[in-house]
Amino acid sequence: MELVYFFSVAAVAVLSAIAVLVSRNTVHSALFLVANLFCIALLYLSLTAEFLALVQITVYAGAIMVLFLFVITMLNPSSEETPDKILNRLPWAVGLSIAFLVGLGLLFLTSAGKITSSAQAMQPAAGNGNLEAIGTSLFTQYLLPFELTSFLLFVAMLAAMVLAKRRA
Amino acid sequence: MLSNAWLILAFPALGFLYCSLVGRLISRRSCGVVASGAVGLSFLVGLGALVEMLRLPAAAQSVQLPLWNWIAAGKLSVPFSLLVDPLSILMVLVVTGVGFLIHVYATGYMQGDADYARFFALMNIFVLAMLMLVLAGSFLLLMVGWGGVGFASYALIAFWFQKPANAAAGTKAFVMNSIGDVGLLLAIFLIFINFGRLDYSGVFSQASQKLAVNSPMATAVVLLLLIGAAAKSAQLPLHTWLPDAMAGPTPVSALIHAATMVTAGVYLIARTHPLYQLSPTAMTIVATIGALSALFAATIGLVQPNIKRVLAYSTISQLGYMFLAVGVGAFSAGMFHLVTHAFFKALLFMAAGGVIHALAGEEDLRKMGGLWRTVPSMYLGFLVGALALAGFPLLSGFFSKDEIIFAAFASQRGSPVLGVMALSVVGLTGFYVFRAFFLCFHGTSRVDEQVAHHIHKPGLSMVAPVGVLAVLAALGGYINFVGGTGAIDRFLSPVFERYTDPVPVAVGAEAMQEPLMMVSVLVGLGGIFVAYLMYVRYPNAAARVGGWYPGLYRLFLNKWYVDELYGFLFLRPGRWLGELLAGPVDGAITDGIVRGAARSVEWFALGFKRVETGFVRDYALAILLGATVVLFYLMQIGGVR
Amino acid sequence: MIAPQSHYLILSGILFVLGMSGVLVRKNPLVMFMSIELMLNAANLAFVTFAYRFGAIEGQVVAFFVMTVAAAEVVVGLAIISSIFRVRANVDVDEVSSLKG
Repeated sequence: MELVYFFSVAAVAVLSAIAVLVSRNTVHSALFLVANLFCIALLYLSLTAEFLALVQITVYAGAIMVLFLFVITMLNPSSEETPDKILNRLPWAVGLSIAFLVGLGLLFLTSAGKITSSAQAMQPAAGNGNLEAIGTSLFTQYLLPFELTSFLLFVAMLAAMVLAKRRA
Repeated sequence: MLSNAWLILAFPALGFLYCSLVGRLISRRSCGVVASGAVGLSFLVGLGALVEMLRLPAAAQSVQLPLWNWIAAGKLSVPFSLLVDPLSILMVLVVTGVGFLIHVYATGYMQGDADYARFFALMNIFVLAMLMLVLAGSFLLLMVGWGGVGFASYALIAFWFQKPANAAAGTKAFVMNSIGDVGLLLAIFLIFINFGRLDYSGVFSQASQKLAVNSPMATAVVLLLLIGAAAKSAQLPLHTWLPDAMAGPTPVSALIHAATMVTAGVYLIARTHPLYQLSPTAMTIVATIGALSALFAATIGLVQPNIKRVLAYSTISQLGYMFLAVGVGAFSAGMFHLVTHAFFKALLFMAAGGVIHALAGEEDLRKMGGLWRTVPSMYLGFLVGALALAGFPLLSGFFSKDEIIFAAFASQRGSPVLGVMALSVVGLTGFYVFRAFFLCFHGTSRVDEQVAHHIHKPGLSMVAPVGVLAVLAALGGYINFVGGTGAIDRFLSPVFERYTDPVPVAVGAEAMQEPLMMVSVLVGLGGIFVAYLMYVRYPNAAARVGGWYPGLYRLFLNKWYVDELYGFLFLRPGRWLGELLAGPVDGAITDGIVRGAARSVEWFALGFKRVETGFVRDYALAILLGATVVLFYLMQIGGVR
Repeated sequence: MIAPQSHYLILSGILFVLGMSGVLVRKNPLVMFMSIELMLNAANLAFVTFAYRFGAIEGQVVAFFVMTVAAAEVVVGLAIISSIFRVRANVDVDEVSSLKG
């Protein structure tokens, strides 16, 4: 039963990813990406990373993709894409993808079983602890990266304001 | 004084430093004074050393003065040490004594010259190098002095280098000397290979053990030394540089090319006599070269119009005498002639220089004449010198030349052929020197009008040294009679009999001595008389005699065409080779390599430039390619597969 | 985990590769950017999978940070893209090749 869940979500994810690549209309690509992000969020849920799933939907799908859509509509790139003039990238992409996939496959399939875990195979040691666990971790052990990230966001905001300003 | 003999080197060194660095700032005249003073002080130290040496027993008269440890590299150990013995002290006294007089003379001669300071700096450097050469205690140090005098000679010949001909003469001298240097160096290498050391005492004491008599090795070493000596002393076939060297100022000709540097070859042979005596073949070659050079140069001197060139060929000829002497084993006779020759040849050059100076640079005999009234001091000086050179009885040259002629006939290594050659040269010498004398000082004046009105009489600084040398040239022969005849022989015997036995005179030959003396006197006087006839009594005779033998005349006038021969044999192929190498070879190979390097860099750069397409996605492709490679690499180390 | 770990990882790999191809093949800068987001998400999935597998919360923490940084990156990137392509008619990444050479 659960396998069915997984495979259906996975299938939708892969299909929407392919659709992102293939769509002629940029807005369509963005929407398919939203679908993909949704699927990923569902997978997070299946991995008992509830907080992360919600963050994914809120931040990624909600904020980032909206931003994307704003820019898409501003730039209005609905014209057809011209084929590659210099070098046809498709064979490269295919070749590289296959190579990468093969590598990853080898990596995951051969060593996945060999990895021994020191801790038990998890489960929320603390009951509804996902949020609690992340929170504790963020505010104690990873406090510094947390603060730095806030600074990073601030810088990004500044950068956006500066870059998007119209030259007077 | 003996232990402080290093001072002999120190004074000229200081003089050089003064003249080259400070002198021109303080006063130009001071350079002349300082330089002359330095040489004079060295002479005094040498004199002191001589006095001290004479008080020592003969065996102890050879003093080694190690100054410091110069080279100590593995098997080669060469301390900077001087050898003070009768031979070297004799040379020191000649060099510094005559040198001092010439320095004083030069202060007058070079008076108006703008490069006054440079001149005296170079003269002092020359004296320093020459002294180092004669005082050296090892072959390596000898080489240092040898090279130094070669350099000084070049710098002084080309002193007025603004004229290209002078610079060319200097270069010619240097190049021919370099040939000699190569010979000398090869000899030193062979000596080191055979003996393992380079100091004189070490080498000479083992000479007979390490080298067999008349062995190829012994002959080779000695002949290589001969190449060096012949180049330095302008003997056949390496003589062509000396006449051209007359382009230098007359004091230079007097000092370097008459009295001192050119005698270095004779000194070398005398010093290395233990090696020479191991190869009778080589000694015969030395004697033959000497005799041939003497005859050859004398014939050329018969017809030269330039007064300095006559004297130059005379020098070559007299050096031939010295080579003849050492070649037949009469080492002290050769040294004796070296001394007297220094006196009268320097005198002749200085007197000629006085005339040249008075005539504002005129050197051509055909434009002189009747000058005995105008420059009487030079007239007398030249007369004394000419008489001494011709071997006029009781003058210095007479005694020394006679010893050599006697040795040529009488020594076991001598031969009648050599003797006859030597005798004929006596006649030729008398002729050519008095031809010059009569043409210059007697007869009607052929001097240019302009020059005649501006005769610049020589000052005291020039006349005094001429006077001193005239006395020495006249009476110098009598040093051989101090304490009995053969004084020089006795003085030098500690040197020449230390390691080897002297070359004996053939049995019964002493009887020849007196008749020979008379014959040579007659021959000499005959030469003088013929010159008198041809240039004073019948002034047109010279032209007519020239007309009888036009071929010979031209042969002698053109120096037997040796320069042309060398030009054909060596200069033309050399130039051809040089042009070949500079043009195609250099262009193809060295330029090709350099340009090829540049072009290959360019080629690489152009190739790599194609990676920078400017397209973002190409860069992304590159990144992803790299990521894939890294993935596989990490998998490798992780042990996957 | 409702499926064996390897399945999650394979899925992550596929999504990553798809994103990679998107970057290489498409010329529209916005679509390229979206492909990059796809790659980031694939990596996040792998992180969370491992976090589950090992019981280490660090994986999720990392994923969280990645998300945050991705947000910042999108902001800046879009600002740049919009400032470059604002005045162009044709939105084509190959046009901005003035760094060529």
